[in-house]
Amino acid sequence: MVVDQLRETETDRLFQALADSTRRDIIRRVTGGEYSVSGLAALYAMSFAAVQKHVAVLERASLVTKEKRGREQIVRGNHEGVQEARRLLDEYEQIWRQRADRIARILTEG
Amino acid sequence: MTVISSNKNPEALSLTLVAEFDAGVERVWQLWEDPRQLERWWGPPTYPATFYKHDFVPGGRASYYMTGPEGDKAHGWWEFTSIEPPRKLQFNDGFADNDGNPTGEYGTSHATVTLEPLGERTRMTIQSIFESEEQLEQMIEMGMEEGMKEAIGQIDSILAEHANA
Repeated sequence: MVVDQLRETETDRLFQALADSTRRDIIRRVTGGEYSVSGLAALYAMSFAAVQKHVAVLERASLVTKEKRGREQIVRGNHEGVQEARRLLDEYEQIWRQRADRIARILTEG
Repeated sequence: MTVISSNKNPEALSLTLVAEFDAGVERVWQLWEDPRQLERWWGPPTYPATFYKHDFVPGGRASYYMTGPEGDKAHGWWEFTSIEPPRKLQFNDGFADNDGNPTGEYGTSHATVTLEPLGERTRMTIQSIFESEEQLEQMIEMGMEEGMKEAIGQIDSILAEHANA
């Protein structure tokens, strides 16, 4: 199905993005605070263009966000994605707490 | 009932919840095995579930819908990937159209239910893993919207009482 293929693509994208040690290192750094692409490029023994490509891969996987500020491109960890997931899981937990309450009530009937 | 712990992993979109009940493992298992008992607790009171198919064998499917206060129906399906009575159950969970056919939309979530005896009591561990935030959001809307409204309505009336006191 088309939808399944799309989802598969997203998952592939995420795992491909995480499958590289430089990219994992970039995520660690930008989760602690923002970096410019040139600031990141100075940290690795590779060209600016190569680092820029790594950032693009991370951005496509929604792991980082990138925005232009003057002549620089600023990279940040995508906290929003994680926070949104946390909020949704909180709500989902409430569903299960309510189910557990109802189960307990049925069980007291003997 | 006691909810002992919950553990959320937003990066992995997973939730693990542990609850203990005053009943033996066999009794708690029935609440999953028997669709008439299952539908008494799966949906919130304002969104009761009706399981019109419950093929409780490995590889079997369940089909259900939840009926909202306006008569609206939200359909879902399960696929039992593993059944080891009375201790462990695993199933995939997704959305269905009005005829009960899986839509494939939003992906599936995967649930693992484990029951452990603790003397006369039972510890139930539920682990849910989701594929996407969109799916989790839908799941919540489907199961919870009305329940949440009710809960919020109660808070409002409590606050109103205090304001008048």
